[in-house]
Amino acid sequence: MKKSTKTLCSCIALALLVGFLLYMETLKTTQGMAVSILQKGAIFSIAAVSMNLLNGFTGLFSLGQAGFMAIGAYVTAIFTIPTEKIVAVYYMNGVSEGIMSIKRALSFLPEPVLVLLALIAGGLVAAGFAALVGIPVLRLKSDYLAIATLGFSEIIRALISSPQMDKITNGSYGLKNIPGFGGENGLGCLLVPFGIAALCIVIMVLLIRSSYGRAFKAIAEDEVAAEAMGINLAHHKEMAFVISSFFTAVAGGLLAMYMRSIEAKTFQVILTYDILLIVVIGGIGSVTGSVIGAFLVTASKEWWLRFFDTPLKIGNFQVPLLRTGFRMVIFSLLLMAVVLFWRRGLMGNREFNWDDIPRFGRWVKRKFTKTPATEGGERNG
Amino acid sequence: MSMLEIKDLKVNYGGIEALKGISFRVEEGEIVTLIGANGAGKSTTLRAIMRVVTSGGGSIFFEGEEITSMDTQKIVNKGIVLVPEGRRVFPNLTVLENLKIGAYLRADQAGIDKDIEHVYSLFPRLKERHWQMAGTLSGGEQQMLAVGRALMAKPRLIMMDEPSLGLAPLVVKDIFSIIRRIHDEGVTVLLIEQNANAALKIANRGYVMETGRVTLTGTGEELLNDQSVREAYLGKSK
Repeated sequence: MKKSTKTLCSCIALALLVGFLLYMETLKTTQGMAVSILQKGAIFSIAAVSMNLLNGFTGLFSLGQAGFMAIGAYVTAIFTIPTEKIVAVYYMNGVSEGIMSIKRALSFLPEPVLVLLALIAGGLVAAGFAALVGIPVLRLKSDYLAIATLGFSEIIRALISSPQMDKITNGSYGLKNIPGFGGENGLGCLLVPFGIAALCIVIMVLLIRSSYGRAFKAIAEDEVAAEAMGINLAHHKEMAFVISSFFTAVAGGLLAMYMRSIEAKTFQVILTYDILLIVVIGGIGSVTGSVIGAFLVTASKEWWLRFFDTPLKIGNFQVPLLRTGFRMVIFSLLLMAVVLFWRRGLMGNREFNWDDIPRFGRWVKRKFTKTPATEGGERNG
Repeated sequence: MSMLEIKDLKVNYGGIEALKGISFRVEEGEIVTLIGANGAGKSTTLRAIMRVVTSGGGSIFFEGEEITSMDTQKIVNKGIVLVPEGRRVFPNLTVLENLKIGAYLRADQAGIDKDIEHVYSLFPRLKERHWQMAGTLSGGEQQMLAVGRALMAKPRLIMMDEPSLGLAPLVVKDIFSIIRRIHDEGVTVLLIEQNANAALKIANRGYVMETGRVTLTGTGEELLNDQSVREAYLGKSK
């Protein structure tokens, strides 16, 4: 395929996507499930790409995602909960004076600007934490790094729900009344998360393609050789960690807006595993793989497999096994199948390319024309 | 003033003295070789110069300036570059990306493009395969890539750690002719080799290392004809 054809294909695909999203926004009330899957998919694709940046491209096996998402979510929530409702949210312990004065100072901003500011602030706070934690922790390698970052994420969660933080994080009561995406009529409820996700992912892709990205990949491949080329290991690892944490926190902030109410329990280790799952299914080292994985995993986990959760009776025959929770069994089986048949994830470490579509067609064709070809061979022999 | 001067360099690996105080020098425009058996400390010497391992004493001077405790990054910037043992190209990066990594510390885009062309002219095979993953190259091609990658840093001193390791005899011959060509272009070479015969033939001077010490030194020819060297490393006796 020629390059101009590919650009044309991409433009058409983008236009179709925007059109589809606008159409879905009008169906918000009737197609609630599809809309919320799309929102969650967009959020998780940011988290997955930023995890891939760190784990796939830089080779640092970190499991601190939930902690950074929690930081992003709480900062975003505190910034965006409407000032007139915040006292009601903190009804048990009261709001800290610091938060109130920040909120009063920012009250002149229109809501969209405030939301953007909140997401960026959440990202920056998480990046600050990452910079501090990274100095000791990034000396560790592979599994040890994973354990240390996992520990960090649990500390953050414990800190958020501790009584000493009551006036800031509302302790174990959680935060609610967080404004969601879009206005009353659903306008923007998809374009906002998709727009922010696209922006974040484009920035990360540009980073990966720059000379910094090459240095990250070199570190992932061979630390000693990278160091001998003059790449400063500590500096680059720290940079990847901080940038990845920033975008993870932005995803966390969006998750808070999606859920409308959060508590410390939302950000348990299981959240990190969900993201890791998406990265592995999509392909470690593939940005498009992570995005595809995010939508696929979210949709199949929460929507497409719902069928298995409802008991089914055909005539007098009660179909066995179908009951609430059974879809997770099917989901796990599917995961095992994917990991067995696509060992390196759906995309491996390649990126999506328009050439893949005719190639996929040929591959299907070959699969179906294989049998007559072998029969012919046998006859001749 | 020597280009590179090592004085009484010591390195410890967890209590084991890998280098017990070695001294040698490399003059500008020379090919100098360190030969010796496994475990003599040859690779350790190069790693200590690059500061990929920390030295436990002694000092290293490059063009009169002490670089003993300088960061690797700065050392590369000064113009020393290492072609590591076992090639160590980045297998899942393309050939071109590998070369670009070699020029990581340089900012002159025009110069980098020119040097990529220069490396391609030295190794036409790399040009043919510039889009391939480095891991899919043959051993000899990977060695060429490792040398090309090092040249991308525009070094004044190139240090090669066993470039002939695990390569077929014909390919080894190619590699040595490349080393000579790089040297003709004005790059000083510090070469570590187990293939003492080939190394001493192209070297101006050589040092023989044994268990962390320099035991013998001389011009390439002198060492080639030295009785003890012939017996120990060249497998010949008169």
